[in-house]
Amino acid sequence: MQLSGKSASSGIVVGRALVLKIDPIVIDPAPTTNVDAEIKRFRAALAKSKADLGHVRDAAMAAMGADKAAIFESHMMLVEDPELTGEVEALIRGKNQNAAQALSEVAAKFVAVFEAMDNEYMRERAADVRDVTLRMQRNLAGIEVPDLSTVKDPFVLVAHDLSPSETAVMDPKKVLGILTNVGGKTGHTAIVARTLEIPAVLGLKRATEVLKSGDWVAFDGDTGEVVASPDETTRAQFLRDRERQQKDNVELRALVGQPNASADGVVVGLMGNIGSPQDLGVLKKYDAAGVGLFRTEFLFMDRPTMPSEDEQYEAYKTVLESLAGKPATIRTIDIGGDKPVPFMKIGKEENPFLGYRAVRYCLDHPELFGVQLRALLRASVHGHLKIMFPMISSLEELQRCKAQLEAARAELKAKGVAVAEKIPVGVMIEIPSAAVISDILAQNCDFLSIGTNDLIQYTVAVDRLNERVQDLYDPFHPGVLRLIRTVIENGHKYGVKVSMCGEMGGSPLHLPLLFGLGLDEFSMAPTSILRLRRQLKGWKLPEAKALVEEVFSKSRSQDIEAALERARTARA
Amino acid sequence: MEKTVRILNDEGFHARPAGVFVKKASEFTSTIEVKAGEVTKNGKSIMALMSLGLAKDAEITIKAQGPDEAAAVDACVDLVNKKFQA
Repeated sequence: MQLSGKSASSGIVVGRALVLKIDPIVIDPAPTTNVDAEIKRFRAALAKSKADLGHVRDAAMAAMGADKAAIFESHMMLVEDPELTGEVEALIRGKNQNAAQALSEVAAKFVAVFEAMDNEYMRERAADVRDVTLRMQRNLAGIEVPDLSTVKDPFVLVAHDLSPSETAVMDPKKVLGILTNVGGKTGHTAIVARTLEIPAVLGLKRATEVLKSGDWVAFDGDTGEVVASPDETTRAQFLRDRERQQKDNVELRALVGQPNASADGVVVGLMGNIGSPQDLGVLKKYDAAGVGLFRTEFLFMDRPTMPSEDEQYEAYKTVLESLAGKPATIRTIDIGGDKPVPFMKIGKEENPFLGYRAVRYCLDHPELFGVQLRALLRASVHGHLKIMFPMISSLEELQRCKAQLEAARAELKAKGVAVAEKIPVGVMIEIPSAAVISDILAQNCDFLSIGTNDLIQYTVAVDRLNERVQDLYDPFHPGVLRLIRTVIENGHKYGVKVSMCGEMGGSPLHLPLLFGLGLDEFSMAPTSILRLRRQLKGWKLPEAKALVEEVFSKSRSQDIEAALERARTARA
Repeated sequence: MEKTVRILNDEGFHARPAGVFVKKASEFTSTIEVKAGEVTKNGKSIMALMSLGLAKDAEITIKAQGPDEAAAVDACVDLVNKKFQA
């Protein structure tokens, strides 16, 4: 039987299912006849819940660090909260309620209090109260939550959904893969699965109905395809695919430590894009030559207030120190419009992509921009920092950004804070006007970085989130490629390096073309780096230049794409 | 014994600060209450404190009653002033 879900973590798996089915809690409203015994029973469940959470916290600490474990520390405090326990015991004593009934009433009251609050963060705390009180209810009812750590043989974990306290205790050596009924690519389970490198397909809707513990199951975390109870032929097919994929991975792993060089020895930078210090592990694993783009806006999202200067400083410092001298290009926040942040109060706009975002907002809000610039400057002494400004459309904007950076530097200097003497400042080229005046910009900064996702959408006037025009969003459009060539040529004319971040920077089809155009650095999802390193070894610069000639002689994007496709298959 | 203090940390009485406060308050035998506006809540309950929904710059009165009330109020006030950096 075939199922299809959302691909959440890559890899092919064949194994036996272990279905995590936990009976729902049914609360009997019958009053208790022995109040003292009921109180005792309640306190025993409290003690067990607290002990359970202690294990969860320790496991989370070992697997994911103190940051992730802190949430379980507060869960433990919720379990023994005097208001909660006091009210439950008062209901047992005063109204002869049984413990489960009393707990469910008190829990519902607190959940309602949090859900009614006008602050999103506080509303989300209702989920914590639910998670904790559900655990207490299970312990009261004596429902054993299967302890996955005691299962001997490796298994494919199948569940309706997994809570943070469940994923925290998963042993990646035992869990071959994860299949859930609900959830998606950006949810908690997906993130944990990718961090632990456990293949996963989520959002399967009926996985726990279709599969029983002990059944064979085969799936591909890249395509989202799941086969329940596969026959021997299908299992063999999946195993062969897995072997091929693993062989490929071994071949790629062997490239770690090798230079990013073409067959004739021309070296480029293959860098990684990151969103937080948490991505540093992956960056190291795939042997990035540095960070080509640190999207700092992720530090600002999903929270009620702005991260403080110290908090930002710590994040930037962590990244710079971990790179041990390799460069890190940190982009000031590119936020607003389609990536709203509650505390920035930008409001709804008709055309957010053409609206009040990135430096347009920052330049009007020195109280926010200054904090980030000071944090960056303070961090500059801990490694090789490069600062990049997004959404620059004119020289004036760049000059105003640089002036604020210098003001922040003077402020810190006056206070005697150490700042690196020379910090390269660059411009993200993602607006067509910036690409056209890249000769002017290049004379006023230290590097250019082409952001292709926005550059394409602005050049061909296609909202990349609007499905009806998505076909027109075209990374092979000759207009887009000409702009890119202009930027690279202008950068080199004035002696500044040109890099590229955004999807095209990691695209195997574009690699020889961009290499032939002379791009200095490619920044991409870290997992793509070794694949591009291998591909680059197959090219000599004169051959890539010949490909550039061929591509630029064509007028239609489909002919360009076909030429690039031919070039790639010829060398695969 | 009571003292009034202003919340200085950016996130207000969030899970972490409330947790730190409760831990400190629980070290004392005195009862400890936190009053914000007309509402008074148990200072040893993380749930009660968070349900006050206090943001930065909110003013609270910390009241303690019991054998170690003076030390308790001082310790709790100190914690708020230090932005919950225990």
